[in-house]
Amino acid sequence: MIESDFITINVGPQHPSTHGGLHAETVLDGEHIVDVKVHLGYVHRSVEKIAESRTYTQFIPYNSRLDYLATHLPAMGYCQAVEKLLGVTVPERAEYIRVIMAELSRIASHMLFIGSLAIDIGATTGLIYCFRDRERIMDMFEMTSGQRLIASYMRIGGIAEDLPEEFYPAVKSFLDDLPYMLDEYNNLLTGNEILQARLKNTGILPADKAIAYGVSGPNLRASGIAYDIRKAEPYSIYERFDFDVPIGSKGDNWDRFLMRIREIEESAKIIRQALQDLPEGEIRAKVPRIIKPEKGAEVYHRIESSKGELGFYIVSDGSEKPYRLHVRAPSFINLGVLPLISRGGKLQDLIANIATLDPVLGEADR
Amino acid sequence: MYQELKERLLKNWDGKIEINEGKDFFEIITQSEILFTLMEFLKKEFGFNYLANLCGVDYGEKFTMVYHVCRIPENLKVCVKADIPRDNPEIDSLTCLWPAADFQEREVYDLMGIVFKGHPDLKRILLPEDFEGHPLRKDYKAV
Repeated sequence: MIESDFITINVGPQHPSTHGGLHAETVLDGEHIVDVKVHLGYVHRSVEKIAESRTYTQFIPYNSRLDYLATHLPAMGYCQAVEKLLGVTVPERAEYIRVIMAELSRIASHMLFIGSLAIDIGATTGLIYCFRDRERIMDMFEMTSGQRLIASYMRIGGIAEDLPEEFYPAVKSFLDDLPYMLDEYNNLLTGNEILQARLKNTGILPADKAIAYGVSGPNLRASGIAYDIRKAEPYSIYERFDFDVPIGSKGDNWDRFLMRIREIEESAKIIRQALQDLPEGEIRAKVPRIIKPEKGAEVYHRIESSKGELGFYIVSDGSEKPYRLHVRAPSFINLGVLPLISRGGKLQDLIANIATLDPVLGEADR
Repeated sequence: MYQELKERLLKNWDGKIEINEGKDFFEIITQSEILFTLMEFLKKEFGFNYLANLCGVDYGEKFTMVYHVCRIPENLKVCVKADIPRDNPEIDSLTCLWPAADFQEREVYDLMGIVFKGHPDLKRILLPEDFEGHPLRKDYKAV
């Protein structure tokens, strides 16, 4: 028996597979992982402190910079939280447009997940296909808000602008082409023997552990728990749409990968229904120019973002600025489970584990 | 369910807790000394398995810890609040009940300077280890 010392390898923060600035200090016994320590904060901007010196309206653009891969989702969550504080009802048309934008963001984020997972485990071509298709969503965001990546399209009480004419054919042709895009991903990746070997039975997260560690979103559902805030506690108008909540069985990397592919299909279903029912009318409720929620009012509002439960806890002191704003960031809390699912595996599995947990560090570090 | 929870809570801690219904979350206002036993009760007796969120608020003379706890997938939810004196900002850690508290308590420690007793690895998480002060405190002066 050869005896060997443990060695420590730093994966990140300057590593292409760490999705931003994640630093995983990894202790190895040969090729096997003994322990992982997650170091965060490389892109910390103290967003919660900044919020205390901005008015409620001024803070909207900061949200898009949290989860910049699903830009409309955090902005929607924040605006809804403030609307709850104020008791504002959003016009129907704005709700539908918000849902369309939110689900397009989810598709964009999941496409990036698939692409970056592919490149992380060595299938460079996969990235190109996903980016090509995601680009069409970026174009749609540019049409509606003038911004591709960090669109500040949501407003307290509604949205900034109505949809332009050219948006409708663009989203329609995108939805028509989506099944072919997914076919391509399935042919290229899902059916790929190497990808299956890398993802199946690695990074297993059992259901009870997933709940205890506060994991949410597709990562929780991959472990077999059918918990989706859009269903469990419908916000906006999600109760009007017919869609399924896909769940996995084992909670391994493979389940987490499949979850994204299936969620893209479900999101497309929601967008189709929303486009069909899209009513005419106002796009913004009448909201005072200076927003001052009642003194002592507080709210915890959560939405199902592409990464999981995204919550906003806001306390008001009656002034035009939030007294305290806390963001419950799913990427941050999901990363807490990385050591658990990586221990005992190999170093190569760690890369797949990070990729399938799908953290976005702008949101984790805030 | 909430009715039964209310009765059991009042039976155990009458006079020490305050219950507010009719909000988004069933709200329990408690004292920091009994927080841990109350949370343990919520987890073991009522199956609240998911610590969704925790954060601290600086109210000047005191801090308030706010916990949002759920039972999933049924989506039962409670909000528990506990005040902590400013001159001795300590509260029991919940990491042994829900490992989800690990990162979140470190964040509160880092940014607000609240000490969690019993936390296995209470270190700064977002700011560098040699950083001075706790930025989310209201008396912190950002330059």
